Amino acid sequence: MRNGDGSASAPLVVDRPLTAASRREFLRVLGLGSAIVLMPSMFAACSDATAVTRGRSAAVTLDLSTDLGVLNYAYALEQLEAAFYEEALKHIITGCSSSELHALLQIGQHEIVHREFLKAALGSNAIPALQVDFSSVDLTKRDPVFQTAKVFEDTGVAAYNGAGKLLHSAAYLVLAGKIVSVEARHAATIRDILNPKSMDFAGDDVVDANGLDRALAPSAVLPLVAPFIVTPISA
Amino acid sequence: MTNTTVLGGIDPEIALPQDIVDVLNFALTLEYLESTFYDTGVGTSGLIPASDLAVFQQIKKHEDAHVAFLLGVLGSAAVAKPTFDFTAGGMFSDVFSNYATFQAVSQAFEDTGVRAYKGQAANLMSQPDILTAALQIHSVEARHAAEVRRLRGLDGWIIGTIGNLPAAVNAAVYGPGNPPADFPAEDNTVQGGINLTGITSYGSDPLSASFDEPLDKATVLAIAGPFIVS
Repeated sequence: MRNGDGSASAPLVVDRPLTAASRREFLRVLGLGSAIVLMPSMFAACSDATAVTRGRSAAVTLDLSTDLGVLNYAYALEQLEAAFYEEALKHIITGCSSSELHALLQIGQHEIVHREFLKAALGSNAIPALQVDFSSVDLTKRDPVFQTAKVFEDTGVAAYNGAGKLLHSAAYLVLAGKIVSVEARHAATIRDILNPKSMDFAGDDVVDANGLDRALAPSAVLPLVAPFIVTPISA
Repeated sequence: MTNTTVLGGIDPEIALPQDIVDVLNFALTLEYLESTFYDTGVGTSGLIPASDLAVFQQIKKHEDAHVAFLLGVLGSAAVAKPTFDFTAGGMFSDVFSNYATFQAVSQAFEDTGVRAYKGQAANLMSQPDILTAALQIHSVEARHAAEVRRLRGLDGWIIGTIGNLPAAVNAAVYGPGNPPADFPAEDNTVQGGINLTGITSYGSDPLSASFDEPLDKATVLAIAGPFIVS
């Protein structure tokens, strides 16, 4: 278990220790020849000094009547997404092509940037690091990793779309808009990887007959992500 | 307004303020542009390879739906469909005979559409249901943009200002709007007053790709202008 804000005991300490050979293979597959330097820095970037909290963390309550509450809601979702890619990319994901892994790596970086941005923007108003749990996902295999990524990205899009009207500040609305379209680009990319050149990148399961993507209220989003978040969140 | 259908929770019987009507008509103009473009492209035999047809049929379906949706919301306040020239005065003379050109114009429309909706979001805050619908269209345009970029061999997201479009078009589609402080170029790495370089160890590529940038109406219309005859 690691904290959703990226704090962890050490970067790239994996559940299943990588041997030198398997680590070289991992980096080779990633197509990141000299990335032996890049990869640790990717995770170290966000490893603050917070110790990993063991046991159940304190509950978080979001007051969605305020912009700070809505931004913390976004921060919670970005913590979840970022932690997922950090966790997945510590494994050797079998069945992945190098371009697919490169897409995952980039998406993970974007989610980490979103998380760190919201954390910095919220400052002392930020909720604590959430404890996350991806033990239900087989992170060593391509399909479960990409299927779970699809759920997170689609849910992220729907969550931002549903939360936009809750914001009172135009500046925050534009910032949320700057993020949500990148989440939609991720969702389309993940979907295209799973089912290339099909209609799925913007499939009828997420876009309705009016050509509208999903918009979900926080009360509908939180149950969807609850299986992956140990920290109790209510709104 | 005579359309009594309630679309997406929006009741067209309720008169909309003029500033909202103006935003929606701006959106409708862009959707007319995209819808007509894909109707023509998908309807041109031999243009789109069979392998990619499902993608453009889906995009066409959505753009047609966006036009219908906005017409439903605007009712009698809707602007008429312009006449288009998708060669943009000859700049894209083979747009419907050369698939690569068609894809390039598609990407320009989609990435510009994302920026256009984003730039108008704050103008819709007084109408929460309309704002939500606009956001729902906005993310669909972003899905389209990502897919078309991938078909063209690019990443689905915008790294720096990379678009592989003709230089002048690329500069307009991914460049700054007016004022640039509010509508920066897509390679922007400062968000909400926070320099992203200072909060991660990443270089500018992932930092710029993590955020899409809005564009103002005048700059969007300047990009679309060469395609609109009247």
